[in-house]
Amino acid sequence: MAEKRIIIVGGGLAGLMAAVTACEQGASVDLISYVAVRRSHSVCAQGGINGAVNTMGEGDSPEFHFDDTVYGGDFLANQPMVRDMCYDAPKMIYLLDRMGVTFNRTAEGLLDFRRFGGTLFNRTAFAGATTGQQLIYALDEQVRRYESLGKVRKFEHHSFQGLVLDEAGNCRGITLTDTQTMKTEALLADAVAMCTGGIGLLYAKHTNSVVCTASAASRCYQQGVWYGNGEFIQIHPTAIPGTDKCRLISESVRGEGGRVWVPKNPADERQGVDIPPDERWYFLEERYPAYGNLVPRDIASRELFDVCVNEKMGVGGGWMVYLDVSHLDDNFLRARLGGVLEIYEKFMGEDPYHNPMKVFPAMHYTMGGLYIGYGSETNKKDELPADWAQYKHMSNIPGLFVGGEADYQYHGANRLGANSLLSCLWAGRVIGPEAVKYLDNTDLPELPDSVPAKFVKEQDQAFDSVRAMNGKLNPHHLQQELVDNMTMFCSVVRKNDELTKLDALLDDLLDRWGNCALSDKAVSTNQEMLFIRELKDRLLLAKVIVRGAINRNESRGAHFKPDYPERNDEQWLKSTIAQFDGDRSPKFSYEDVDISLIKPRLRSYKTASHGGKEAQDDSK
Amino acid sequence: MADEKTVHLKIRRQDGPLKPRYWQEFNVPYQPGMNVITCLEEIRKNPVTAQGKPVAPVVWECSCLEEVCGACSMRINGTPQQSCSALIDNIGRALTLEPIDTFPVVRDLIVDRDEMFRNLIRVKAWVPVDGTYDLGPGPRQVAKEQSWMYVLSRCMTCGCCTDACPQVNDRHEFIGPAILSQVRLFNAHPTGKMHSHERMEAIMGPGGIVECGNAQNCVKVCPKEIPLTQSISELGRDTLAYGIKRFFTKPDVEM
Repeated sequence: MAEKRIIIVGGGLAGLMAAVTACEQGASVDLISYVAVRRSHSVCAQGGINGAVNTMGEGDSPEFHFDDTVYGGDFLANQPMVRDMCYDAPKMIYLLDRMGVTFNRTAEGLLDFRRFGGTLFNRTAFAGATTGQQLIYALDEQVRRYESLGKVRKFEHHSFQGLVLDEAGNCRGITLTDTQTMKTEALLADAVAMCTGGIGLLYAKHTNSVVCTASAASRCYQQGVWYGNGEFIQIHPTAIPGTDKCRLISESVRGEGGRVWVPKNPADERQGVDIPPDERWYFLEERYPAYGNLVPRDIASRELFDVCVNEKMGVGGGWMVYLDVSHLDDNFLRARLGGVLEIYEKFMGEDPYHNPMKVFPAMHYTMGGLYIGYGSETNKKDELPADWAQYKHMSNIPGLFVGGEADYQYHGANRLGANSLLSCLWAGRVIGPEAVKYLDNTDLPELPDSVPAKFVKEQDQAFDSVRAMNGKLNPHHLQQELVDNMTMFCSVVRKNDELTKLDALLDDLLDRWGNCALSDKAVSTNQEMLFIRELKDRLLLAKVIVRGAINRNESRGAHFKPDYPERNDEQWLKSTIAQFDGDRSPKFSYEDVDISLIKPRLRSYKTASHGGKEAQDDSK
Repeated sequence: MADEKTVHLKIRRQDGPLKPRYWQEFNVPYQPGMNVITCLEEIRKNPVTAQGKPVAPVVWECSCLEEVCGACSMRINGTPQQSCSALIDNIGRALTLEPIDTFPVVRDLIVDRDEMFRNLIRVKAWVPVDGTYDLGPGPRQVAKEQSWMYVLSRCMTCGCCTDACPQVNDRHEFIGPAILSQVRLFNAHPTGKMHSHERMEAIMGPGGIVECGNAQNCVKVCPKEIPLTQSISELGRDTLAYGIKRFFTKPDVEM
């Protein structure tokens, strides 16, 4: 029997989990990563991972987790897969525990759980405040074990360049560039999984790693993979500004009792700790009595924005609010939040244990991403491959799977905190076996050498044309212009006139891109050459986000238009699908959302949600 | 030179592996709160030396920028550290940057640390699970145990300790403090413990624990304040005990 080989692009949580499960099914894996996989962006996840283990005696259940996730996503998520993920979550947490993740423990030696946003249950398992780092290390170690057995070949320090597609449109492999030798080659396999993470480098104030370039997702889109729900971008309410990026201050800080407030008098010059309680305005607690500081991120960010920008009530009148843990015990904080408080201490040079931290929203996550299915019915059926519905997490290109932040499923219009580690692991767990199943069922004709050669040649030519770039502009300046404008006009508050101007600016930037200069002529480790090409990828993907936002005249989850303040289910309970038109402008179509399990209802966090504790208490 | 409004950087460069080293100087505009990464980003935006000569921008490796990924290690004013958390306001406005060249230099400030990952394979730094299928919860653990194991498990494989260690050089093949500390971590885990003999065998050979010269440089530079010397001395004791037992039993017997 032929060797079963799968290519996985991306060595974050989704990619590593997919590698482990694929190996377990007897496949061999080629794992491609821009950085050593242990350094992937998943390490930045701080607060924890959700799973309704219910060891706290609260009556939590996977069904409540499912409801909270769908409700938190403002009903834009396709429901069956969310349900499966939530039901598997406790098992995945146990699995990671068995792999040696140093989860925090209760007195009895059991896994400890804490609160997070958008739920009333203690549902989040955590390892200090560097949970993502700990999870990725555990999986990195498992993958290393398979590497030692010859089942995994790693291609670290390689950059994905594009898909290799055969004449019938099946995915047959990828092209990749060694970032040290700068040589581009083709790597072939009949199943490819894109686990390439987020798109932080489209925004200025973002919390992502610099490897979240958006290039891989954009290249797939440019080769015909659909892109779903691009306009849904999560802005995290609590980050600290930096000159290079914003650093996240985890939602778990509020989960453990941290409170958000501003001085009642914005001109108050005293240090936060010196302002007495009755002169503080705890605006989240006041406006949302049921959830308080733990409203979902879209709502918290909008409120912070409102208080600082509209009401001009930020600290010192500026764009800043206090996030305060100074009322909590030092040892308690150190054991449960040490990692994140250390970030504040190191990068701000202030003591967060005894002084309120100063924070403001920053771009954090994309709910949108490459299109995948889950065996559901869809009104797009006629445009999809015949056997598409048989394979969960397969894109509209046969043989191409997508998982993790790179896909558009699970989180709808807004992701709940501590659900991202979960959806990454779950996607990996699904993709491994599904990709193997696809290989077992698929017998493709032999691929002539001319096909991969053609795709490599295309990439070589693209690099050659960058090498020949002799214009006047420094690409990093264009990048700055892109991200500043995306942050200003396509984040918390969106207005059609501003978005339209932004869209025109993107065209202008695409024109000016051709006038860049390549400042590095080196043959090896040429980061500038990669950067220039990635910049164009970002500009093309930004068109998807901005035009998608212009089209959607409603407010839902993270997409908020003051001119259309209500959710409009009649017209807009549908996923946005963007297809590349070969030039610049995406072609849009819409797909019905699978709401077969939970009927959409009004979303308001002023009172406890139906899936929350109150409903359960009522039923007693 | 550095003044109120500029940061002065002297950077050791190298165009590729085994190419000659040379130095270049740059001035970049100072901004409050900036770190070494921002300085390098400024050079990329305007790759011109302090002497006004256009040059290729300096290349370096980085990823998370919040000191959890371990990518951006470099020697700053002689000390190996993470460049993201090196704030100009703390370290001054005259800087010398060099690669942590205990590892082979790839280009400029980028080095090849793959050796560390190969060593993690050598010592079997993992908990061997039976499979990813549902086998219920893991072993119960005492909260106190978890908290010190967590400290060890924050190792980012950044290589600073290895760079600072005088025993890692052309003449020795010492696997370095980070790897040994991982052995201690996995030998402490309830399941990992069952296979501790494999790790002990691995660190008792050439390049293993006996190569440590107890210079204690590692623990001083570790960005995560991992008690590396403590890990090594505990392992030293464990290997001694293991060695004595092994002398009286067959080498493959579980201990």
